[in-house]
Order: sequence, then C-alpha cells, then structure tokens
Amino acid sequence: MATDSLIQIESVTKVYGTGDAAVAALRDLSLSVAPGESVAVMGPSGSGKSTLMNILGCLDTPSSGRYWFAGQDVSRLNETELAHVRNRRIGFVFQQFQLLPKLSAWRNVELPLLYRNVRDRRSLALQALEQVGLANRVDHRPNQLSGGQQQRVAIARALVTDPDLILADEPTGNLDTASSRDVLSVLRELNEQGRTIIIITHDPEVAPVAKRTVHMRDGQMVDEVAA
Amino acid sequence: MSLLHTIETGLRSLLGHRLRSVLTTLGILFGVAAVIATVGIGQASSDSVTARITSLGTNLLTVSGGSSVSGGVFGGSGSANVLTMSDVSGLQDRQSAPDIEAVAPVSQGRASLVSTSGNWSTTVSGSTTDWLITNTRTISTGTFLSANDAKTRAHVIVLGSTTASNLGVGVGDLVMVRQIPFEVIGILAPTGSQGFGNQDDLAVVPITTAQYELFGGPGTVQRILLSATSPGTVGSAYLEASQILLQTHHITDPSQSDFTITTQTQVLSTAQAVTQTLTILLASVAAISLLVGGIGVMNIMLVSVTERTSEIGLRKALGATPGDLFRQFVIEAGVLTAVGGLLGVATGLAVGYVVPRAANIAVTITPLPVLSAVGVAVAVGLIFGVYPALRAARLAPIDALRAQ
Repeated sequence: MATDSLIQIESVTKVYGTGDAAVAALRDLSLSVAPGESVAVMGPSGSGKSTLMNILGCLDTPSSGRYWFAGQDVSRLNETELAHVRNRRIGFVFQQFQLLPKLSAWRNVELPLLYRNVRDRRSLALQALEQVGLANRVDHRPNQLSGGQQQRVAIARALVTDPDLILADEPTGNLDTASSRDVLSVLRELNEQGRTIIIITHDPEVAPVAKRTVHMRDGQMVDEVAA
Repeated sequence: MSLLHTIETGLRSLLGHRLRSVLTTLGILFGVAAVIATVGIGQASSDSVTARITSLGTNLLTVSGGSSVSGGVFGGSGSANVLTMSDVSGLQDRQSAPDIEAVAPVSQGRASLVSTSGNWSTTVSGSTTDWLITNTRTISTGTFLSANDAKTRAHVIVLGSTTASNLGVGVGDLVMVRQIPFEVIGILAPTGSQGFGNQDDLAVVPITTAQYELFGGPGTVQRILLSATSPGTVGSAYLEASQILLQTHHITDPSQSDFTITTQTQVLSTAQAVTQTLTILLASVAAISLLVGGIGVMNIMLVSVTERTSEIGLRKALGATPGDLFRQFVIEAGVLTAVGGLLGVATGLAVGYVVPRAANIAVTITPLPVLSAVGVAVAVGLIFGVYPALRAARLAPIDALRAQ
C-alpha cells in the first residue's frame, strides 16, 4: 500500500484474553497521521487509548488489521524487528518519566544510543539536553531534578535518536501546572520544528497543544476535531 | 549493544547492590576454595602414602600363605599356615631363583617388652639376617642377627629406635619378652616414619627363637619377604618364586595355589586407589557447596530481574532486543561467579599456605583442580544465569513498564 502517511492503521482490532474472558480493547479502528502532524488522543480510562498507544509504539502487535509505519508493514514483525523500529524511529515519553535513578541525566539520555552502537553519544546527549533547556543539569541524577526537569530529560532521551515520531503517554500526568505548561511548550516547539507528535491524554488542558484531537470510547474513535 | 557496554551495564548494576553482590560471590568463593583445599589435602595424603610405601623398597615381594578355599569359602590370604622353612631354603636356591637377592622368613606377633625402666607393647618379628636387606634398613648401633643366632636359637633382640627409647634401653641391656630374657644386640637406624605402621616401633629376634619360644610352631612362617636384585627384575623374581613354591607345594594348577605373592607396586596401586577414592569423596562434598553457590547466583539473578522489571521494560521500549537483555543478565551472573571463582582460588591457595604451617596437615596444590574449579564455577554461573536472563528477555515491554 503506497501512502504518504507516517502512520497508517487499517481496521485494527486488539483482543485480550480468550473465550468468555476475551475483551476487545480496540475494535476495527483506522487512523492515519501525516508527517509533521501533532495529534492528541483523548478518552476516559478503559477507552482503549493505552492499547492504541502500545500498538502505535510497536510495543504490542494488533490481533487483526494492518499497521504501516513509514510505509513498512510492522503488524507482522517479530520482537527483535519491533525493537529495531522502536530504537530507530520512535521516541517515548512516559507518565512516570522512567528514568534510571542511578544514572546521571546525560547517561539516561544516552541509553537508546547504546542499542545502536553510535559514536559521539555524549555530544549527541548534550545536544538533546540543550534542546530541552537542561544544558546546565547534565550530570545531575533524577532525584536531584524537579518533576518537570525529569520529564524534560525524558523528552531529550526521546529526541536523541532523531526519531520520526514522538509518542507521549500522559506526559503531564505527574506534574504540577507550571511544570506541565513547561513540558507542553517543549513538545509544541518540537512539533513546530517539524517533528510528528502523538500525545495520549485524558486531560482536556493538554489536548489544545495538538493541532488535531481524536476522541475514543469503547475501543473506537467517536469523533475527530481539528483545532 | 556492544559487548563492552553490556559488561559495563552489568558491572554498574552489580556495584549498585554491593552487599548483595558480595554475599552472592561468597557462595561461589567458598565452593571454589573448598574444592581446591580438599583436593590439595587429598593429593598430599596420597603423596605421603606413596612415599611411605616406596620407602619400604620397590624391590620387595611378600609371600603369604593363603587363598585357602575350604568348601567354597575363601579364607583370605594368610588364613592358612602353609609356608615352611623348606620353602625358605627353596627360595634361597640361587640356581633356580637368580633374580632373588634376599629371603627373609617372618614369624610375627605382638608382645609386651619389659625392661628395668618400663614396658612397651610392640610387634616382634622372628626373622633372619636377610631381613635388613628386604626391608632396606640399617643398624645404627650394635649388630643385626647373624646366621649363627638362628642356629643356636639365641636370645638376642634388635630394636627399632622408638621402641628402644620408649623402653629406655641400649645395646647390651636385657629385655624380657614373655618372661624370657633377651639381650639387645642392636638398634635400627630411624626411618622417621610416624603414626600407623610406624617403622621405628618394632623388635626383631632370630626366626627359630620366635618359632619355638614365642609364637607358632616349629618350622612354620607367616610370611616370606623377598628382595629382587633390582627394581627391574621384580617381575622375573615373582615368576621364579611362584615356580619354586608351586613345586615345593606339589601344585600343578597355578590357580589352585595356596600362597599369594604381592609386590610393592600392587600395594602401592591399592593404597593409591584408596586415597584417590577419599579425595574424590571430599571433592564431591566441596563440589556440592559450589553447586549451592550457583543456586545462590540464580536466586539473586531472579530477584534482580523481578526488581528491575520496569527498567527492563524501559530498555525494551528504547530498543533493546530480547538478545540484548539475555546477554546482559547472563553476563551479570558470569561476572558474579568469575569474581567469586578468582577470589576462591586466592582463598584456596591461602588455605594451602596456612594449614600446613598451622595444623601440620600437608596440602599439595596442583594446577588442574584450581583451573577446573574456576571453570566449573563460571559454567555454574552461566547455566544458572540462563533462566533468569530468559525471563528478562521474554518480558513483554508493556507489562514490564506497567510494573512500577
């Protein structure tokens, strides 16, 4: 299938469990995202937005349906191939930051580069930290940083591989209002520089950062709003 | 991920849990040290038994009466008194036994020796002049038994150095054996042997005196000690002796022979087999502790995988393949055991240095057990590291990320 989309999902269904216990977290969902877009996926808990995020992030594979990422069918890849796609093309930002507590900021940012044998890891990590405004915190450990700073380190880690897509799962879920605004402005800036961003959130304050908002309920898309 | 970084990551995580890593390492350390020390002690005792037996002379052959089979019951060698003085004279025939240098009959028993200053129980052997040659002994003071002593059933006695000093007697003194006075005519030069089978605690009297006045009946001997002319002629001396004895005993079928001839080589190999069995037994016990150490490694690796589930999930999300994570955990287990193994070698060598000086127990350390203990330790670590590593590699990234 030829497409100009970065992400093309066609009638994807994800079923957890088997027999009577089977639950469909996604039902026949289709979505396409063009390069450079910013999309907010909204919905109450249980709407299937986390499942969608796992599939979009190549952390899980759909039960049926197809997923093309940058023209490549990733719905049938094995675990190792999916790991390569995640490493080279996707940057993750999690609600819990997921920084390794014993490593300094730049060591945390360096992590994804270790899985692709890149030289100059330190200078790339420093560059990414500078981009999120933390050039003066490179040797700090996570517990020496505020929540907002930690999440910016996590964004730097997502950026350092120069990915096609940044996937943020409730990026402000653990932050106060000021830090949230801080983190969202970094994300908006990145999008303005042309990077594709998908934000999964249930917070109506977050959604306006994206140019397009997708609402989900019961594993299906209910409506789409262009900002 | 490159090997260097995998090792670096592994070391970082091990250093992050210092106490736990040290305790796990201790399990391997003691296992390896125990294997090295026990095999070393076994090796040393085997060496000392070998040395003790070869000091008796490798030329020695021992004829004992026996292999008596009565009604299908094997009585064991020495259970039938079939050797006589005529066997001795047959073996002394240089014509038919050119490779036998010396022949010493032995009639032996335990007896209490009483001197003016004390009494002492020891082994008293009746024998002849040749006893000195067959047992490769020398006299330090006085003389040994002469041929004439046997003819006259002289009441003379030669003592081992330990026996003489325990009795407080010297050459010319009198010693009572079973109420019969014997004159001490010589003291044997000490061999330095100790403990069980002490070669310096014995007494020798003329064979005839022993036969007629101390133990046994006239003419019977319990054993005949033979000395081959050289270590190389032990084999032919063996054949000559058994030919002669078959003839004097009128036996045509060698399998029916009523005597047994053993060489020192046979005694040596038996003794070595015994000490080897003991060494293997000790080493097995030590190896079990090594195994337990390995299970400790596996246990701690499983704990580590469980604790670091969310880290594993994060690394997977960032692009670590199942292979990357498998290697990382196997290497961590390998590092734990390799460090434990090397420290275990150091401890084992230290034991080998300290114990002989502190406890008078000989320890002989050879390279083979050292290398194999380390090899086994590392193999144990890798094998026991595989299961936890597989668990880590197989974790689904989303479940792992959620684990926090």
